Amino acid sequence: MHELGVTQSLLDLAVRHAQQAGAARVTQLNVVIGQMANIVDDSVQFYWEIIAQDTIAAGAVLVFTRVPARLRCRDCGHQFAFDHREFVCPACHGEQIDVEGGDEFYLESIEVDLPADSIAQSDEEERSSHARN
Amino acid sequence: MPEIKVVENILDANDQIAARTRQQLDALGVVALNIMASPGGGKTSVIMQTISALKDEARIGVMEGDVVMIDVEKVAALGVPVTLVNTGGNCHLDANMVSSALPSLPMDALDLLIIENVGNLICPAAFQLGHHVNVVIASVPEGDDKPYKYPAMFRGADVLLLNKIDLMDYIDFRLDYFRHGVEVLNPGVAFFPVSCKTGEGFDAWLDWLRARVAQRSATNEA
Repeated sequence: MHELGVTQSLLDLAVRHAQQAGAARVTQLNVVIGQMANIVDDSVQFYWEIIAQDTIAAGAVLVFTRVPARLRCRDCGHQFAFDHREFVCPACHGEQIDVEGGDEFYLESIEVDLPADSIAQSDEEERSSHARN
Repeated sequence: MPEIKVVENILDANDQIAARTRQQLDALGVVALNIMASPGGGKTSVIMQTISALKDEARIGVMEGDVVMIDVEKVAALGVPVTLVNTGGNCHLDANMVSSALPSLPMDALDLLIIENVGNLICPAAFQLGHHVNVVIASVPEGDDKPYKYPAMFRGADVLLLNKIDLMDYIDFRLDYFRHGVEVLNPGVAFFPVSCKTGEGFDAWLDWLRARVAQRSATNEA
């Protein structure tokens, strides 16, 4: 259930980057989660719908990319997936295994709406300043 | 639709608070342990036996991440300063909770801060607190498959204690299987099989901890 804290951090991060870019709205978050990061997508999604309400990220779509842990046999070089059961090479039964990746846990990027109305607004300001002159 | 690159750790805000706490602890010359285990794995027992053995050699303070006072009272009875970090039912401690609780302890009169995290093998692994050493306690009755099921916890450990080894004869616990999982996930991690019940194996853990505290003191004096 630590996904609540995680989701709050995700929201803060997305909103901060959107504001820095002057965006009006966040429409999508691209999140990368490794197999071993112990984060449940559904749970993040559940909290997201609650806590993102009334923010510029309300209604944004969460897209999760799961990164599998990659296991590599030191004896024969065979690469294979981690099944959470054992670390034994399926090719040569070697037990000298290196783990690569699977710990990822970051916000890759966000997709945003740029403020169309603010562009219109600045045009209008320009016109009214011309009118005053 | 414009895309903005972020590529930032989702818990970066937490990690920044943790980094500040770590600096404070370093300036004070305090070594901090983050003790993590399942509920019933033996966190409080290990902490109490560690305090009993070392309290005349090192000034120890304790933070208890919990919702009730029971463990706080047990530790206080040993005569060391202890404070409750009320987690409000949360499943883990975070950097902000620990940072806020520091003023409740006499930090400038400590050598060793022991932080007892919430009993849970999943969530606490993700949150930096500002501590120096991750101590994970597994126990024999939990089963030998825990490293495979909860790899993040074992990957992040600096020290692993396997507690309740006095029960090894009664439980089908494949020590080789357990150790192999740990070794692949976290090569070279310090590993101490112990029993709080019989005291077996405890001296090796205490020696490791003495050396770690001495290392800090030496760095601090230098």
